Amino acid sequence: MKGARIQRWTPASLSFTSGFGLLIVALAFVPVVMGASIVQDLTTLLILVLMAVMWNALAGYGGLVSVGQQAYIGLGAYATLWCALQGINPYWGMVIATAFCAVVSVPLSFIVLRFRGAQFAIGTWVVAEAIGIYISFDNQLGAGTGTSLSQLDRYAPSTREHITYWLTLGLTAFFVLLVFVLLRSRLGASLQAIRDDEEAAASVGVRVLAGKRILFILAAAGCGAAGAMTIANILFIQPTSIFSVNYSAFMIFMVLVGGLGTFEGPIIGAIILYFIQQQFGNDGTWYLIGLGATAIIFALLFPRGIWGMLEERTGLRFMPVGYRVKRTTTDAEATA
Amino acid sequence: MSLLTLEGLDLRHGLLEAVRGVSLELGEGEVLALVGANGAGKTTLLRGIAGAHRPAAGRILLEGTDITRVPAYQRVRMGIALVPEGRRLFANLTVEENLLVAAQRARRGGWTIDAVIEAFPMLEALRRQRAATLSGGEGQAAAIGRALMTNPRLLLLDEVSLGLAPVAVDAVYAALRAVIAAGTTVLLVDQDFTRAAGLADRVVCMLEGRFVLEGKGSELTREQITDAYFGLGRAMAVAG
Amino acid sequence: MTWVNDVVQGILLGGYYGIIACGLALMFGVMRIINLAHGDIAVLGAFLMYLLLQHWSVSPFIALLPVLPTMILFGYVLQRLILQRSLRAGILTPLLATFGLSIVIQNALEQGFGPDVQSLGAQAGSIVTAAWQINSQLSISALGGLILGTAVVIYAALQLYLSRTTSGRQMRAAAEDPDTAELVGINSRAVYARATAIAIGIATLGGLALALRSTFQSYSGPDQLIFAFEAVVIGGLGSSLWGALLGGIVLGVAQTIGAQINPEWSILSGHIVFLLVLISPRGGLLTLRSRRGARSALSGAGA
Repeated sequence: MKGARIQRWTPASLSFTSGFGLLIVALAFVPVVMGASIVQDLTTLLILVLMAVMWNALAGYGGLVSVGQQAYIGLGAYATLWCALQGINPYWGMVIATAFCAVVSVPLSFIVLRFRGAQFAIGTWVVAEAIGIYISFDNQLGAGTGTSLSQLDRYAPSTREHITYWLTLGLTAFFVLLVFVLLRSRLGASLQAIRDDEEAAASVGVRVLAGKRILFILAAAGCGAAGAMTIANILFIQPTSIFSVNYSAFMIFMVLVGGLGTFEGPIIGAIILYFIQQQFGNDGTWYLIGLGATAIIFALLFPRGIWGMLEERTGLRFMPVGYRVKRTTTDAEATA
Repeated sequence: MSLLTLEGLDLRHGLLEAVRGVSLELGEGEVLALVGANGAGKTTLLRGIAGAHRPAAGRILLEGTDITRVPAYQRVRMGIALVPEGRRLFANLTVEENLLVAAQRARRGGWTIDAVIEAFPMLEALRRQRAATLSGGEGQAAAIGRALMTNPRLLLLDEVSLGLAPVAVDAVYAALRAVIAAGTTVLLVDQDFTRAAGLADRVVCMLEGRFVLEGKGSELTREQITDAYFGLGRAMAVAG
Repeated sequence: MTWVNDVVQGILLGGYYGIIACGLALMFGVMRIINLAHGDIAVLGAFLMYLLLQHWSVSPFIALLPVLPTMILFGYVLQRLILQRSLRAGILTPLLATFGLSIVIQNALEQGFGPDVQSLGAQAGSIVTAAWQINSQLSISALGGLILGTAVVIYAALQLYLSRTTSGRQMRAAAEDPDTAELVGINSRAVYARATAIAIGIATLGGLALALRSTFQSYSGPDQLIFAFEAVVIGGLGSSLWGALLGGIVLGVAQTIGAQINPEWSILSGHIVFLLVLISPRGGLLTLRSRRGARSALSGAGA
């Protein structure tokens, strides 16, 4: 009798996942082999990847469009600064800052998760604005004019860049892996259900709010890490820039262009944004106009993004987060 | 020439084929009863005729004119009106406003707000009430009245007696008789087969998107109708 | 007595918030879209008037006359080109598209007009400085009174439009159930375009109000959006249209009282009140569950 079995790993995805692992290892050796500017560029790229993956986790898998993740980027940066001011090694401070953002996001989730859709979006934005204003009152943290992470001066510039890079690589890989594990778990399936139809998911027993909360905390922690690494990378921050809604603009662009709701999409989007930034970053307003216009065009015409369209055409999927039903022709295969 | 012609109509919900290759001719002044089990495709078909659902294939002709691509609101002005399943009144508007809003760009004709109230006298007292407060029967009267305000040539009614007390159904059918007497073409869907068939010139039974039985109500046997309703004939043919 | 003055000033400020909240509430009530570019559109209107006044030295109120129809036309085009499409596409799309639009408008304004802070108060004449001195601590500015008065007129006009006119009735019907509206002969698309045009016209008036009472620059948009949204939420999202004006007034009062406590706290106080409303039981009820489930935001406008 003909049957089917569920397959999670295909030869393509198996080879790619191991390839991904090798990539991380290879990237770890970059500072040893390559020059300083490449290290700093890659750090920037990795931070973008992290932000994109986190935003996609919220919007692509949870259906939660956040326009306020900059709250955690800013908190991560300032928490790092605060730790450094207390005498803690700034790099440990970054890890603490990440955890801090996760903790802070819990009570905040009870406020903003009451909303959905546009109300949720603006709610997160207001929270980010409020936090930014509040931090700008603190003179110890540099108030409105900003301050720099001078505690990193104890390291020679190249050493500092290397450590920053490795920490960034480690944290980014950690969060990407976390998302991967999450998606392959039961939570992952229920999240996809939530995204597709919340009411239907709830009716079959999916704990919608709990699922969303996990995503929210994860994204907060990830963006907190991104913020911590941003301050390590650029050293000087001020409230208006680190709490700027432009970060949300970047995240939306990366995920929309790369592929909302896919695993690989945000990574691709980050790479694209990175090159655009390299090319046009100095053009200021025209560059941002271009980003905004592209976001509109993709939202209306190519909602699945580049990777989404590629996936649709070829059925290609590198990271095995989905399930494939494979038709079997013999009983032996069916029971395998 | 018939008033309404359907040629090989296909209507889908995503990948699900709700209406498959349906063809029909409806003459002016004719009354057709459309019956079938839940999920047979009746609502989808009616919505397709009204323009709320775009066909995947096939054509719809109104007196010879191809209206397949014409949007719903324009079909209303051409004379097609649908009373949707579940009434679908505008809950936050009053009964009077519900009637008036349909009359905006209606065709000229005898159905003014006074004429409608005359056909459904119970609505007089409810004119200024919010539609959400109406009972089932009152709501159905208002919904039919609203459709009549557009002075339709073809009136489509989806599940006329669903959720209504028998008394209310009586009133609705009495009003429908008046509408038919005035010359309006009617296509109605009703769970109550007897009533629908009693009113209609012709009965059509739908199953899984197709027309499986057609004929005059008086000519069809109970057995034929039950078989067509539940598809038993087909199942037996497949197994045999 | 200064507290009384603060409350009064807050109410006057609330008039402005009411104006910019009105367009946002209307679009949400009719189409369930929150236009994230709403604030930027108001600022765009202000900049267009500024542009006109560079070449033509008249009162900003005169400058409004050509700018208003221009913006309304812009709104109509916006609806047909971007918003209508995003309505069909899904829940996330209008958000993403209007956010992209917001970024485009802000940066286009920066590109065209530079980063400088602008104001049109100077060209408006004596109305900007005139005030009624009630007593030594309480004065009501003529401009504040004018803006509040305009807000009330706008809301009343909109209420009349929705409840008494034929096209207003169509709008309420389409807002509630666009599918059935089509089945009774209403062209929902045209209705939506009308709603957007009206919303953007009102936003332009808000832009003028902003330009006269305060300053504006290319990046002022998001702040106005946030104030507008906070006003709508505080007033009760999904309840009557007048709620947005009431919410605006509460927001204005919260901000002025907050400023009394500490000048830096004015905007933050508004945020805090907003978040408190969100947490409160009423805040939970504000969440619209489904299109058809909740009472229409225009329900208070009828009858």
